[in-house]
Amino acid sequence: MSRSDDEADDRQLRDDELGDRERIVEVRDVTVRFENQDVLHRIDLSIERGQTLAIIGESGCGKTVLMKTIVGLIRPTSGSVVFNGRDLGKISRAELTRTRRDIGFVFQNAALFDSMTIFDNVAFPIFQHESVGDDEIAARVMEKLSEVGLPSEVASKYPAELSGGMRKRVGLARALILQPQLVVYDEPTTGLDPIMSDVINELILATRRSYPVTSVIVTHDMRTARKVANRVVMLYPRRRLDPGQSQQLFDGPPSDLDNAEDRRVRQFVRGEAGERIDELMRQTAAISQSWNADSDSESEQAEHG
Amino acid sequence: MAGVTYRDDASADNPRPGKLSHWVTDWGGIVIDAVSTVGDIALFTYQMFAWMFTRRPARGTILPNFYQVGVLSLPVVALTGTFIGMVLAVQSYRQFQIIGLENRLGAVINSSLVRELGPVLAATMLAGRVGGAIAAVLGTMRVTEQIEALTTMGADPIHYLVVPRFLACILLIPALTIMADFMGIVGGYFYSVVVLGIDHAAYLQNSADHVSGFDLFSGLLKSFFFGGIIAIVSCYRGFHCEPGAEGVGSAATAAFVMSFVLILGVDLALNILLDSFYYTVWSPEKSP
Repeated sequence: MSRSDDEADDRQLRDDELGDRERIVEVRDVTVRFENQDVLHRIDLSIERGQTLAIIGESGCGKTVLMKTIVGLIRPTSGSVVFNGRDLGKISRAELTRTRRDIGFVFQNAALFDSMTIFDNVAFPIFQHESVGDDEIAARVMEKLSEVGLPSEVASKYPAELSGGMRKRVGLARALILQPQLVVYDEPTTGLDPIMSDVINELILATRRSYPVTSVIVTHDMRTARKVANRVVMLYPRRRLDPGQSQQLFDGPPSDLDNAEDRRVRQFVRGEAGERIDELMRQTAAISQSWNADSDSESEQAEHG
Repeated sequence: MAGVTYRDDASADNPRPGKLSHWVTDWGGIVIDAVSTVGDIALFTYQMFAWMFTRRPARGTILPNFYQVGVLSLPVVALTGTFIGMVLAVQSYRQFQIIGLENRLGAVINSSLVRELGPVLAATMLAGRVGGAIAAVLGTMRVTEQIEALTTMGADPIHYLVVPRFLACILLIPALTIMADFMGIVGGYFYSVVVLGIDHAAYLQNSADHVSGFDLFSGLLKSFFFGGIIAIVSCYRGFHCEPGAEGVGSAATAAFVMSFVLILGVDLALNILLDSFYYTVWSPEKSP
């Protein structure tokens, strides 16, 4: 190996070391396949510490799968996910459990435990990861509930007794109770009225202001993406792409979305169906044709058989 | 359009498969699914045992499950046991009366109750009540992402949800079986002695002569296995629930049907094993 090669390798190593410190998450060449179909195909994505990243895209493009892969809920078919310099696929189960302390997850429908009170739901991560006294747990739970704008009376209620917006805020309180380094939001404003959606957006911003958290928000609500994120990545369904085309159509600040080079990004941002209506009509016609052909052939077989 | 294959595109290249080919494909699919389910259940059971023997059950999970499985099942099991004993008396009385052996009714009612009908019918009842409830609760948790939420917060769902339910089933279903046996004995005695007028002393003497400790042991041993089957099958079905209300309903139904079939299959296997064991170890002269 020549001297220049060595120097290049050293430089690469230094860059990598620096990068590992600055990047909290690295998705490296990740493919996720379900039943012979690639939902994610060779995705590369680095998320810097303190960044708020919005992942947008139409339904079925794999954004939720990408988010679940980032937090280790889905194991990639190939490639790796590195969190804080550790490959989630290579660490032991005990290490993965410890790593989860640093990740908060806000589910689309909150995913609160029905059988527990709101207090127990919010305190759950503390019970799992820390050994602290009951008084401290109570103080932290009440503080977190107040931070998300919920009165202390809700603590003794069950999830079924709360409205959708309140449940979402309890989910947020539960995800933030351990002050994780990374918080992942799955469609945080879906199903909420515009006012409550804005409340959630403000809470996400308030969390970022209170401590240097990294956030990943999966959404197709463009108001949330524009208001909260400082970086947007748009994914496109793999089945609608030619082989070799990248699934990541856009990666940049939200202000560039309207002037994106790719027509599909501009269409998505403006909410225009465009040629998709013709495409759907063609698909429907092809399926009906196929069914008719099947029923004709069965009738022929019945007549001859 | 690029990247999309319509059904008629695919069938243009491939000749339409015949009925035999369809038949082979369908049966092949069923066999593959069955083998894969057995493998999945074995792995699930292994993980459950691994958690059970390496870490204590999670805080606050034992008592609610024991209450659900044990206390709430008590009335229905007691009622079932009582009716089994009385039905046995009604069914057997005429036959025994014809041959003049009605005083021996206690022997047949109590030995079949303690050894076979008590454990099997109590387990069947509990497969419906407890197993269906476990599958429905875990299925709902799966559909509403509560199981994934546990994982994201560092709790293993098998340790947190399955281990306490398994412990509740294997410890309390035998206890409930004892209750069913007891109530069956009481119900059989009441109908035979009070309603049919069979001699009280003869009924008890015949019962004592023909119901051995081994009968009681074999009935209880079976109920341990039945408890394990109900817990594992129901938890597995709940964990692998399909989305939607229909998915939860199917999981609960499948949990009951699968538990019921396995209970009967394991009952047969255990009867053969216990009979061989009994005749080999304790009564070689009675061996056929």
